[in-house]
Amino acid sequence: MSTLPVKTKRYINKDWLMSYLFLLPALTFFLIFVLFPMLKGIYISLYDYDISSFTFNGLENYSTLLHDETFHKAMLNTLLIVIVAVPIVIAFSIFVAMAIYKKSEFSRSFYRGVFYLPAVTSVVSVTVVWGWIYHPNYGILNYLTGAVGAEPISWLGDPRTALMAITVILITTSVGQPIILYVASLGNIPTTYIEAAQLDRATPGQIFRKIIWPLLMPTNLYVIVITTINSFQIFALIQLLTSGGPNYATSTVMYRVYEQAFLLGDFGLASSMGVVLAIIIGVISIVQFKYFGSDVEY
Amino acid sequence: MKTSPKINTQVKISRQRKKKKITPTKIITNVILALAALFFIFPFYWIVTGAFKAQVVATAIPPTWFPLEPIIDNWITLLNNPVLRWTFNSFFIASSEMIGVCLVSSLAGFVLAKKRFPGRKFIFVMFVAAMALPKQVILVPLFTMLADFGWIDTYKGLILPAIGWPFGVFLMKQFSQTIPTELLEAARIDGSSEIRTFIHIVLPLLKPAIGALAIFTFMLSWNDYFSQLVITRSTEMMTLPLGVATMQGEYKTDYGVMMAGATLASVPMIVIFLLFQKSFTQGITMGAIK
Repeated sequence: MSTLPVKTKRYINKDWLMSYLFLLPALTFFLIFVLFPMLKGIYISLYDYDISSFTFNGLENYSTLLHDETFHKAMLNTLLIVIVAVPIVIAFSIFVAMAIYKKSEFSRSFYRGVFYLPAVTSVVSVTVVWGWIYHPNYGILNYLTGAVGAEPISWLGDPRTALMAITVILITTSVGQPIILYVASLGNIPTTYIEAAQLDRATPGQIFRKIIWPLLMPTNLYVIVITTINSFQIFALIQLLTSGGPNYATSTVMYRVYEQAFLLGDFGLASSMGVVLAIIIGVISIVQFKYFGSDVEY
Repeated sequence: MKTSPKINTQVKISRQRKKKKITPTKIITNVILALAALFFIFPFYWIVTGAFKAQVVATAIPPTWFPLEPIIDNWITLLNNPVLRWTFNSFFIASSEMIGVCLVSSLAGFVLAKKRFPGRKFIFVMFVAAMALPKQVILVPLFTMLADFGWIDTYKGLILPAIGWPFGVFLMKQFSQTIPTELLEAARIDGSSEIRTFIHIVLPLLKPAIGALAIFTFMLSWNDYFSQLVITRSTEMMTLPLGVATMQGEYKTDYGVMMAGATLASVPMIVIFLLFQKSFTQGITMGAIK
């Protein structure tokens, strides 16, 4: 009588064992190279940690950040980039997706490819060419603005223009993925919905607001989250084009982390910046999911 | 992907209907679209044409829009740098990461989707939560850890950390859910072992997803400038983008040489993208939409 349940149990356990074996490689890599560094980052942030010392100093790194003006400046710049870039990326991507999703397969692929091009191009190549375009003497931007009578500007050297000049590049590298996503979800909207509205004499504006926009909500949410997270992490464009200058005008949180850790050798303070950034990104993701996610099926 | 023929005919019908009237809105939309496309292509055009311009031509104002006398001197100068080694490094690192991620993720994604065992939900939530956190945020502690291992400036240090990134597991889990459970049950009843079932039934079904993940991983690795910058020390270990970036110190406004480097650093990836555009698009949409 007792043999049958035991047999089943052993069978189930063998099944479990196989599952864990299949998971083992992924889990091992994840624990060593993702989870452990995360915890270690929090741990290091509580230490005075550079080449010469490793001593516990509690929350001192965090209170240093509270009073560190260059960190404030970097945080402000990062927020500014996010606030400018995210809405533009969304609006532009929806515009392009709306304009191309009914086109032929060929031209749809063509435009998707064109707008994804800067995202596939190595960020180094992107910065090298934009550095040239923005160059005060040899760049074509000043040539073009000069043709309409404007004074030449040192786009990346002037604190008033540098941050926005970089944000423009960030935007061009960020729209590729959202466009692909919007084209996919627009294609999933049943055409009958829109045709029915047209029969009822709805204007294109009404159709967009009342039918298309609500159906795009899940995609909007996802795009906002990934674009926000990406913009928060902006680093390579800064490091390669301005190194945070002139006078911290383009310094961002991620660039400050790099500078503090790898140029100044202060791993403790750099880790505390990393933790602060991680918390901010975590909170923003949660808020966005809560706020936009209420009427979204997930 | 769910583009059923029904939807296609619907699109066709509505297109035919639309074609009758060309509205001003439509013309304006298309003009803006074309201008935007031009704006997005231009930097790439400037890179490739710049690679064949002599320095006097490259820095001339007004600019030379069409280089009618292309020269190859920039490429010869470029070859004075260890670009072949850098190219090899980029390919080697990206391919290794690609193979590692695909292998590890398809195994894990499959069991997370199709098996029931204690801790399944916890493990999956852990992967997803970690995915939301930017990779760059853990770079400082990761660096100190790799330094403890003695892995700075080694292939191990450049390749292995990327394999732990959970996006692949997530993608494979999402896709594995579409595998019919009856198929797996049938295989089990026929006495097929789990590993046999995985290799002969699951992997073939996962092929499109693995293709998308492979291309995605390859691109992320090829373009992962920040990690490579931090983990690499010597010139020989540099990847192509990193090497080109360091050349900037030497060549500064010698734009011809820099553009030759920029061309080399981006063209392989762009060619791969154009060849596998469909898989790219699939990978992006699969990762986002359930």
